[in-house]
Amino acid sequence: MNKLLLTYLKPYRKELLLVVALVLVQTFANLFLPDLNARIINNGVVTGNTGYILRTGGYMLGVAFVLGAASIAAVYLGSKIAMAFGRDARSALFRKVESFSQREINKFGTPSLITRNTNDVQQVQMMVAVSLTVMLGAPLMIVGGIVMALRQDVPLTLSLAVILPVMGAVLYGIGGRAIPLFRSMQTKIDRINQVMRETLSGIRVIRAFARTEQEHARFDEANLDLTDTGLRVQRLFALMLPALMLVFNFSSVAIMYFGGQRIAGGHMQVGNLTAFVTYVMQILMSVLMATMLAMMVPRAAACGDRIQQVLEVEPSISDPMKPVFLAGLDGGRRGVVEFKNVEFRYPGAQDPVLSGISFTMYPGQTTAVVGSTGSGKSTLISLIPRFYDVTSGSIEIDGIDIRDLQRDELWKEIGFVPQKAFLFSGTVASNLRFGSEEATDDDLWAALAIAQAHDFVSETEEQLEAPIAQGGTNVSGGQRQRLAIARALVKRAPIYVFDDSFSALDFRTDSLLRAALKREVADATVIIVAQRVSTILHADQIIVLERGTIAGLGTHQELMNTSDTYREIVYSQLSEDEVA
Amino acid sequence: MSDQYPPSSENRRGGDEAPGASQTGAASAGDPGASTSQRGALRGRQQQQHGPGLGPPGLIGTGDKPKNFRTSFNRLVGRLRPDAFRIGIVTFLAVVSVAMAVSGPKLLGRAMNIVFEGFINKKLPVGVTKEQVIAGLKAQGDTKLANMFSGLKLNPGHGIDMAALGKLLLVVAAIYLLSSLFAWVQGYIMAGVVQRVVYRLRREVDFKLARLPLKYFDDHPRGDILSRVTNDIDNIQQTLQQTLTQIITAALTLLGVLGMMFWISQILAAISVVTIPLSIAVTMMIAKRSQKQFGLQWQRTGSLNGHVEEMYSGHNIVKVFGRQKEAIAKFDEGNDQLYKASFKAQFISGIIMPTMMFIGNLNYVAICVVGGLRVATGALSLGDVTAFIQYSRQFMQPITQVASVANVLQSAVASAERVFELLDEAEEVPDPAQPVVLRKATGQISLKDVSFRYLPDVPLIEDLNLEVQPGQTVAIVGPTGAGKTTLVNLLMRFYEIDRGSISIDGTDTRKMTRDDLRHLFGMVLQDAWLFGGTIRENIAYGKDDATWEEILTASEAAHVDHFVRTLPEGYDTRLDDDSTNISQGERQLLTIARAFLADPEILILDEATSSVDTRTEVLIQRAMNKLLRGRTSFVIAHRLSTIRDADVILVMNEGRIIEQGTHKELLAARGFYYDLYNSQFAEALVEAS
Repeated sequence: MNKLLLTYLKPYRKELLLVVALVLVQTFANLFLPDLNARIINNGVVTGNTGYILRTGGYMLGVAFVLGAASIAAVYLGSKIAMAFGRDARSALFRKVESFSQREINKFGTPSLITRNTNDVQQVQMMVAVSLTVMLGAPLMIVGGIVMALRQDVPLTLSLAVILPVMGAVLYGIGGRAIPLFRSMQTKIDRINQVMRETLSGIRVIRAFARTEQEHARFDEANLDLTDTGLRVQRLFALMLPALMLVFNFSSVAIMYFGGQRIAGGHMQVGNLTAFVTYVMQILMSVLMATMLAMMVPRAAACGDRIQQVLEVEPSISDPMKPVFLAGLDGGRRGVVEFKNVEFRYPGAQDPVLSGISFTMYPGQTTAVVGSTGSGKSTLISLIPRFYDVTSGSIEIDGIDIRDLQRDELWKEIGFVPQKAFLFSGTVASNLRFGSEEATDDDLWAALAIAQAHDFVSETEEQLEAPIAQGGTNVSGGQRQRLAIARALVKRAPIYVFDDSFSALDFRTDSLLRAALKREVADATVIIVAQRVSTILHADQIIVLERGTIAGLGTHQELMNTSDTYREIVYSQLSEDEVA
Repeated sequence: MSDQYPPSSENRRGGDEAPGASQTGAASAGDPGASTSQRGALRGRQQQQHGPGLGPPGLIGTGDKPKNFRTSFNRLVGRLRPDAFRIGIVTFLAVVSVAMAVSGPKLLGRAMNIVFEGFINKKLPVGVTKEQVIAGLKAQGDTKLANMFSGLKLNPGHGIDMAALGKLLLVVAAIYLLSSLFAWVQGYIMAGVVQRVVYRLRREVDFKLARLPLKYFDDHPRGDILSRVTNDIDNIQQTLQQTLTQIITAALTLLGVLGMMFWISQILAAISVVTIPLSIAVTMMIAKRSQKQFGLQWQRTGSLNGHVEEMYSGHNIVKVFGRQKEAIAKFDEGNDQLYKASFKAQFISGIIMPTMMFIGNLNYVAICVVGGLRVATGALSLGDVTAFIQYSRQFMQPITQVASVANVLQSAVASAERVFELLDEAEEVPDPAQPVVLRKATGQISLKDVSFRYLPDVPLIEDLNLEVQPGQTVAIVGPTGAGKTTLVNLLMRFYEIDRGSISIDGTDTRKMTRDDLRHLFGMVLQDAWLFGGTIRENIAYGKDDATWEEILTASEAAHVDHFVRTLPEGYDTRLDDDSTNISQGERQLLTIARAFLADPEILILDEATSSVDTRTEVLIQRAMNKLLRGRTSFVIAHRLSTIRDADVILVMNEGRIIEQGTHKELLAARGFYYDLYNSQFAEALVEAS
């Protein structure tokens, strides 16, 4: 975390120094007040010098003003630094993640990256804010308080040697027990959450199996467990405040007694005793504050480390130093995609996910990829937009290795429809224009028509402006897929990649869509991953994947004759007489 | 004690810190409860915001305002009634504890006086009387000192009476000890009260959920319900714990301290009292502004988080569509907005503490000066002034506490309101008092003139008649979203029909208990539901007393035995929350095994197997066919063979049953089914041949 703080606080060095200075002023002022009070008693009250009392009162007022002004200025600067730190860290994180390839994303996981980008930064930022405004003052106050106490009376200051350890023991004793309890409480809240989530998601099954009683028992168990831990935490905390109060109060009593002795012995003045008590209280308060805040540090440090981890990762895929450019559209480009002995393995994995993959796709042709789960279909097509890079061999577009292209240029070539149709919050139109800002409404409607989404969009009141919730959760799975397909079509790319993009469509819509695609994007290179045999029957070439290698390549008819794997797949979906 | 920082906030924060921390799991994009769990996360963070150094914690309210504060508040208080006796004890203990704590400084002031007197006495020659000293001083013209001395117990030449001081201080120590002890016992009891209240509340919600009709769950996002059970109740727990003890002690302390202050010196007390409205006004003024900024901060955090979540979830799409620049630009804009709001929120709320300290210091100075003058004139003893200074420090604290409690309470009542709302939802029609019990049904089912609507003005199923003989298979077909599960919902009484009747073996299903009715059914749905437990437990779900042999037999029948045995822990493999350790197809096989074990008379099957690989698909198909044998079954059909072999086909479209008959009959009718059949299968057949 230190590195993170160093890097992102560096630009605010001057402000930081200023904050330290202001906190110093604050501490001095805070310590000065009781001293002035002591003078009022010693030189004013005892001698009955009214003028002195008033004059010193005036000083005190001035000190109070300085104190107030310094505190507010420190809060201002401290907040500014902390929040700017947070802003800068968030920005650096976001940019970093945007530069990541799928490999780095997988390494952390999307939810974790989101958490790091917002919550973790929030934690560290809060810690910085609190450190600058409050924590910084605590050690100064402790040191200053001890110095001032020593000035009042040296032997009496020795009482701190007893008071501070006692205070430490109380804090450690209670806090040390509380922290593990808090952690266990969190797990138990998570447990309640989990049981309840299961109950809610399985409500039909629970009722269908008439298992309500057992579910109650499960919940009750979690509930009792949480209640029990909650009770222990709260009881412990019920002890905290009274115990600290006791330390504080016993300290004043003891100081009063021993101070009395010192005064009786003529070693100390009366006013110094009151001041002394005040200093001790200030010291104890600061210790308390420092401890409480110190409890925050480990958590923030953990967050800081999580942020730093992300920032330190170098994206595995970047643009080439000397990019090659694809010929312009008029330069006789065709959109031929060729896999040349492609191998791909995840870092550190023993076996490759894909190996020895070679095939060529031509414009105007449809290539279909079939195979069972885990055979590497999705991986294969995610290599085309360089979500991952091949580990050996190459993929070429019109004879150019895609790693020699700038990624922006590569992506312009590809209309991609992901397996999980992900839509962005906005409207139908904003989603469709995702790949092509300048598309006209007519373009959008045309794409919708091909994607068989024309009807349901035109049935909505807002038409193209119909709102889409984040992730597209307000439309059905089938509609989502069709919108994702339309989005890719609007882009008018020479290469289309469909990753199992028809799964949520019924057979009828599926076949209509494919027919329309064939008609409308006749000159494009199309690659489709599919589960359903009916989706791929009429592809120009079908690649049968098995355990990451090509087990068959050809048309439906050819494969029916040559490939056992293919036949098995076909027969699992259509009965024999249907095929024959 | 002199507290520059109200320690109450420290104590409170302890309770706040741990929860909220893990509310970070960002909702995945596909989760229908995304927006609400987002909200949950926000709440969690809001609670964290009551972090240290932010001034009076509660002043940074959560922004949730209850709709009907009084009603919900009363109801929340009403839930404490079973513990009224304990709360009585707590209040009594609080009175004693506060009274003792409050008397401390006054007694310490007396100790100060003993010291001061001794100090003065020592300076005076032995054998002189007090009157002589005062007379002497007056003679010297030093009336001020004379006045001051007249208020003291003088015993010239004797020095400090250490024995008296020791005795007095012992008494003070004892009082402080008892005060802390009582405070502890009070907090200890209160913890029990609060935890019990919260436990009962959670339990009640759980039972309530079991009695709510399914419609409720359709209408309310899961994340929202979940958040009520966890976040809201948690919020109630934390606030109750804080407010109940605090409000009692704070109010009593305020009263006690004020009393003591007026007892010591009316003038000084009057000065201090002036600071009350002053600090309240200042706090309110600042808090109002900071609350607005905090609201803005959370709103902007939310929207930035939303953007980040969206961009990260759609990372590849953003890239392949070349939208990174826009994504970054939008992020920067949101990030800057957030920076501005959070800086303002932090700064404004941060001002509260220095300002209160400043007011406190003004008060301190005033008391020092005026008190000093009063001591000098003999109207007040020095000990009283030192005691007073302590009181005036103590007395700022309960004021801030009460102010913060009022705010925290708002959020707790808002949470309580959301929980009560759930508790007030209309429940299912209760089961009949004397239900008919079907021990063993043959599986004959008849639907007579059944009508049903989800929404009162949208007709869905109208006058449906259907006779199913034991062992028959009913196939339900129709395009995506045709409402094929509606019928299932009615059969199992997840929803109540509006008119007509459904009977099994001649018994109206409404005459049975729901549990008994549902025991007759087995269900294998596309969305295979497994719970966090071992595979063995999951299979045995429908039958409590299942033996190991029975489980094995069911597993073999459902073709799960083989793959389960390939898992390192076999049947004891724990399925995690999302069961990522087994595939979708395997999940479905497990639910089939479950149905085998439960051995129901009537079966409901959903054939859809979208993301299942071909080999598992074959297994599922075989297992399902085996399961169908000899049982009355309703199949949401996707396979041609199932449909053609079905005894009755129900064709659904747009939520309604539009055709009914056998495959041959329906084809001959050349209606919707005919079209559907041709579009779905003809192409495949033609091209395959």
